Amino acid sequence: MHQENQSWFLRGMRDGVPIGLGYMAVAFTLGIAARNAGLTAFQATLASLLNNASAGEYAGFKVIEENAGYLAMVAMIVVANARYLLMSCALSQKISQETGLIHRMLVGFEVTDEVFGIEIATPGMLNPWYTYGAMTMAVPGWAIGTCFGVIMGNALPASVVSALSVGLFGMFIAIIVPPMRTNKVLAGLVPLAMVCSFVLSKLEPFASMASGMRVIILTVALSAGAAILFPVKEEEHGA
Amino acid sequence: MERNVYVYIFIMFAVTYTIRVLPLTLIRKPITNRFIRSFLYYVPYVTLAVMTFPDIIHSTSSVWSGLLALIAGAALAFSGRSLFTVAVLSCAAVFVSELFLL
Repeated sequence: MHQENQSWFLRGMRDGVPIGLGYMAVAFTLGIAARNAGLTAFQATLASLLNNASAGEYAGFKVIEENAGYLAMVAMIVVANARYLLMSCALSQKISQETGLIHRMLVGFEVTDEVFGIEIATPGMLNPWYTYGAMTMAVPGWAIGTCFGVIMGNALPASVVSALSVGLFGMFIAIIVPPMRTNKVLAGLVPLAMVCSFVLSKLEPFASMASGMRVIILTVALSAGAAILFPVKEEEHGA
Repeated sequence: MERNVYVYIFIMFAVTYTIRVLPLTLIRKPITNRFIRSFLYYVPYVTLAVMTFPDIIHSTSSVWSGLLALIAGAALAFSGRSLFTVAVLSCAAVFVSELFLL
């Protein structure tokens, strides 16, 4: 059994290498966002070590930048990270019934888009040690990238910082656009959400709200509307 | 009122971790309510779309380079490029276009 855990751990490390490298690059742009929000390198790195979340951290940094209330932060993080709830639900079916609480709590710490992706791709039930192996690459990559972003974001020329600032948005686009090819509802919903977001950013009373509040309002309204009008069929819900 | 950054960071951690760990530790059966399943399915796409636009055009030195990054990124993602490629080439689109725009 020990032998088996070790082999899964090593396999997780191997599969985690490209994730760690990609995270370092993307987290660099997150570090720039953190710096713009007024966080120090230590604060931003701490946030990345504890959170491992691109959209969630970006949303959180926006709340900090706007000095919005603590409850606004809670609501914002719930909305920005709601997809992890869904992934965690899926993982609860992928993990063996006998898996202990400690293992479940550790696997839960690293529910991210990419690690979830490789976990779901493993055959059979998930061995928690696979996740731990991937974490040895993913967690430092994310934290180091964020730290560099805050520190070197200051030293880089404005043109480079401007270019890197869209890296995070590029990652968001890479998550939301590909399913639009096969899912007609998403093909309409994603552009609609962008248009609504733009309109509300110009339209009072929404325009003077914190941007995080607009994100929450739009997400709940549009997702609920889509869920009522176009309930998801079972097979679309895989992962 | 000036709020404490470390309290903000702790809230981020506590809420994020709770979201990630609760289903894994509590749910042993699949969610059956169709509305909740559908709602949870759409949430990530709407959130990320709303956070991307119009913020992306205000994150760069010029509105036009940000718009170009959005279009280029969407085209690349649509043609099946990896997350990493889309992120890097979106940055490149901004860098190159700003050489001409600014």
